[in-house]
Amino acid sequence: MRSKLFLGATAAFAVLAAGSVILPDWAMFLCAMALAKGLVCLGIVGMMRGGVVSFGQGLYYCIGAYTATLVANSFGVSDIFLLTLLSALACLLVGMAFGPLLSSYRGIFFAMLSLALSMVLYGSLSKMSVIGGTDGLNIAAPTFLGWAPEGRPLQTALYIYVVAIVVIAGTLMRIYFDSEQGLITLATRDNELRVEYLGASVRNIMTYNYVFGAVLGGIGGTIAALALGHVDPEFAFWTTSGEFVFVAILAGYLSVPAVFVAAIILELVRSFSNLYFPNTWQLALGIFLLVVIVLLPNGLGSLVGRRKGNAA
Amino acid sequence: MTRTVLEVRDVQKSFGAVTAAKDISVAVPEGAVFSLIGSNGAGKTTFVNMVTGYIKPDSGSIRFADRDIAGMAPRQITRMGIHRSFQIAQLCNDLTVEENMLLAGAIHGASGPSFLRRAHDPEARDRAVATLERFNIAEHRDRLVPELSGGVKKLLDIAMAMAGDTQIMLLDEPTSGVASDEKFPIMDLVMEALRSTGVTVIFVEHDMDIVTRYSERVLAFYDGRIIADDAPDEVLLDPEVQRYVTGTPA
Repeated sequence: MRSKLFLGATAAFAVLAAGSVILPDWAMFLCAMALAKGLVCLGIVGMMRGGVVSFGQGLYYCIGAYTATLVANSFGVSDIFLLTLLSALACLLVGMAFGPLLSSYRGIFFAMLSLALSMVLYGSLSKMSVIGGTDGLNIAAPTFLGWAPEGRPLQTALYIYVVAIVVIAGTLMRIYFDSEQGLITLATRDNELRVEYLGASVRNIMTYNYVFGAVLGGIGGTIAALALGHVDPEFAFWTTSGEFVFVAILAGYLSVPAVFVAAIILELVRSFSNLYFPNTWQLALGIFLLVVIVLLPNGLGSLVGRRKGNAA
Repeated sequence: MTRTVLEVRDVQKSFGAVTAAKDISVAVPEGAVFSLIGSNGAGKTTFVNMVTGYIKPDSGSIRFADRDIAGMAPRQITRMGIHRSFQIAQLCNDLTVEENMLLAGAIHGASGPSFLRRAHDPEARDRAVATLERFNIAEHRDRLVPELSGGVKKLLDIAMAMAGDTQIMLLDEPTSGVASDEKFPIMDLVMEALRSTGVTVIFVEHDMDIVTRYSERVLAFYDGRIIADDAPDEVLLDPEVQRYVTGTPA
């Protein structure tokens, strides 16, 4: 079964990477941003499987983006691999600090507490003029193990990089979702009492999922910052976090590829709505989500990702 | 002489003005089958909840495996070998019967649950099905929990609790919500499975036919106290038990 997964991942990489040849610049940028945001949403989906939804993943998206920018600007580090690693590490540490606290909460309390943390970061960054305040900071184009492309090659390299990260993260999360711990997460969503009385710690499970979400959020933020060449406190604003939740709901928790498909759909709907209905694009987006919720209550993933083992 | 596997001493528990456990003391020998009887609110489930960590006693000690387990978290007590089933079967409704069993196997596995090992691993599935067969519910393996009868749910609940290295099994009303013609077949299955492993059994029960047929010793509860502690025939003849528990004339 794992060979099927790896084969699927290789095929996904090939198909997505082919986009670097056939897509115009604007579409490649749009896809790179959508995939980067999809990574953040994948973290939310991991938490959704355990029965909670974070409304504050902008926190890690922002920490990842600012870590990469500050390291690049302060220490002259431009290597994309190193910047991604350091951002992921920063988010891992912050996630490990907040995870045990948040793991005690459920439902709206978990959602609001996670949102509060991201808004504290937003408020702090907005007031810190030393790191740009509300204007944010610019970040130079990244290098790839010493290679410093410019123009279209830079965009292509960045796109291939995000595709590779997405495929690796998606494969790892699929392995996790299908694992014994993944099954415990699903059971936790269903019946915490049973899980505790079988001898597993529900708090630990919630913490793991939160920390994984933090790391994925940080990686997504780093890639978004490098693609945009700029970061600002809006990365941690509640509307940014709301967008991630929107994608997670659109995708559902059954399928990993659905998360990235949903992220791309959101970017497309937003871009085209913005183009053709500049003042009412949020309305178009809202109607779209409403239709998906009514027709596919378990998200786009339910079209392909029926959970294994079900009798149905 | 049989070793004492569980020793409850002078345990007290109050909920505000209501005393749910009053000077409860009992020593349970290894491999014994105890039943707890009493009217609703007598303190039976409070006793089970205190032994399994759901409720912390106000005072007293509960000793198991040379440790005082009073106040420990349920998962810690479970890991030590005290497992339980529930009056209302606690199952995962979104999972199939087999997946519920796989869940129990994954948590109780020797190396602990893994982030990499597949939950639906063929070996794990074989083990899960073997346990389901032992409880005669393997035919339901692909069905979701809401599709099951009360009896099958009870058996699955107990089978899940038995997946680990069980030393003491507490069954909270194992036949409640079960059709009357299913009660004895279910108890036969459960007791056979438990006895084959030498597990100590403590079960809460209202049906006196089941109490006399399956238990070796009976603790009768009334108003948070143990009013009788003896063999089933002796306890059921006790005037106080007849007055407060069984309602039969002395």
